[in-house]
Amino acid sequence: MTFQSLDSSPVASVEVPPGAAILRRGAVAARTKFNRYGLLLAFLAFWQIGSTQGWINPTVFPPLDKILAATWEGLVGGALLDDIAISLQRSGLAFAAAVGLAIPLGLFMGQIRAVEQALDPILQFFRQTSALALYPVFILLLGLGEASKVFVIFWATLFPILLATIGGVKEVDRKLIEMAATFGASRTTIFRRVVLPASVPSIFVGLRLSATTALLLLIAAEMIGANKGLGFQVMNAQYNFQIPQMFAAILLLAALGLTANALLVTLQRRLCRWADLTH
Amino acid sequence: MNVVEDTRRGEVTVRDLSKSFALNGQRLPVLRNLQLDIRGGEALAIVGPSGCGKTTLLRILAGLDRPDTGEVLIDGHPVRGVGTERAVIFQEPRLLPWLTVLGNVSFGLTVRGLTQAEAETRARHYIRLVGLGDFEAAYPRQLSGGMAQRVGIARALTVQPEILLLDEPLGALYAMTKLTMQEELTRIWREEKVTMVLVTHDLEEAIYLSDWVLVLPKAKGALPRLIEIDLPRPRDRSESRFVAMRKRLMAEFGLH
Ligand SMILES: Nc1ncnc2c1ncn2[C@@H]1O[C@H](COP(=O)(O)OP(=O)(O)O)[C@@H](O)[C@H]1O
Ligand SMILES: [Mg+2]
Repeated sequence: MTFQSLDSSPVASVEVPPGAAILRRGAVAARTKFNRYGLLLAFLAFWQIGSTQGWINPTVFPPLDKILAATWEGLVGGALLDDIAISLQRSGLAFAAAVGLAIPLGLFMGQIRAVEQALDPILQFFRQTSALALYPVFILLLGLGEASKVFVIFWATLFPILLATIGGVKEVDRKLIEMAATFGASRTTIFRRVVLPASVPSIFVGLRLSATTALLLLIAAEMIGANKGLGFQVMNAQYNFQIPQMFAAILLLAALGLTANALLVTLQRRLCRWADLTH
Repeated sequence: MNVVEDTRRGEVTVRDLSKSFALNGQRLPVLRNLQLDIRGGEALAIVGPSGCGKTTLLRILAGLDRPDTGEVLIDGHPVRGVGTERAVIFQEPRLLPWLTVLGNVSFGLTVRGLTQAEAETRARHYIRLVGLGDFEAAYPRQLSGGMAQRVGIARALTVQPEILLLDEPLGALYAMTKLTMQEELTRIWREEKVTMVLVTHDLEEAIYLSDWVLVLPKAKGALPRLIEIDLPRPRDRSESRFVAMRKRLMAEFGLH
């Protein structure tokens, strides 16, 4: 008899009614959910009760049901759909362009030391220069229309992806490259089969950082000289003292951010199943 | 007519080989004027104190590093870089963490142009050979150090090299696994008819596996020595001639 069978036999002999097991499993799942979202729920409950009871100023913090009603109205009535579309278009276009440029460029720069060393100081300089501070410059160059808005988001999202990609390529284990070389792998094969897959986790760090940055810059750009978009709606509703509408726009922006992150996490899980992903 | 020449593939010749490294602005000589002849199908063990240049020599044989002077000939042809007739088993397993055991073992074959399916068929054979048949689908992070090393060994064997270069491949293994793997390596060496160059710090392993032991000294002025292990195979570690040989090798290091 092996250790394993010794180990498992008592468990097998205990009769567990299936119903109880399901209940217990359900209770465990509920407890983990509660641990994770309990505080958020408490916060929302406090907001709702505090606002209706007058503990907090309901004109600044309207009850949640009013905010949800305003959101629903904006979505079903269609008033906010245009804003969502234009916001998605601006950030999506900028993000896609940044990804399309930064990943190939980063893969190239990370491979060639001389290029990377020559460009690193300027990259660090640009990265440290806030894209928002440069926004007036972009407006001067591109006007107050769509171009400058998309460009400022593009600019801000470019650097995290670029730097993460370069970092990923540079940190590829030389020993793995050497191993591939002993099998006669060419430079292109080594790139395709070792460098590229090894860089994926690092690239994702950049992508997720950039997605957050894209949203931030989107809101800022839409608050300056826009007449559409969720960022504009936050500002506009506040001017007109439509506080539930203001929170509705904020809520949608948060939802946008959460969705973008969830999409990236899903993609990352799929591509980096091999890495020990703890988050 | 020379019949022998055709079967004697995997012959390694080292001529006047020297290698030094730059260390704090000085030259650190590691290998000096080394001569070596390994006939095809023979097994050579390289032993010596840490830092005496075992890995350096192996890397030069592999074509990963170049000697300062002298040359390495494989079947009479000078080595200019890595070559398909040689395979290296490194001190660390060097597995690709994003590939499964099967993917890793197939790697060398797919690099050499086999389709994934062809490569996997052959890879499976070697995975079973190193005793990992149940772990085909496992990722490197799910393996123990010894298992990972065996994956590296299987990967090198798939390309059916004439010359197998091994750098302390069993150094990190658990004692029992190590003995099994030594037996496996002997079997593979005999069946695949490869030339084997094995760096090891384990004198018993050197005697058990090889026809010749190259003792590399670390002290300046001391010369490398080549000792023939003229024992019948399969070898028995407790047999008197084996024990005597171990004593003799230990004496090379001033041990008794
Ligand atoms: N790339 C290198 N640059 C500088 N010194 C090196 C390099 N590789 C090895 N050495 C030196 O050469 C000597 C022999 O190293 P090595 O061949 O790795 O020894 P070992 O016999 O332990 O395998 C050591 O003193 C080591 O520090
Ligand atoms: Mg070494």
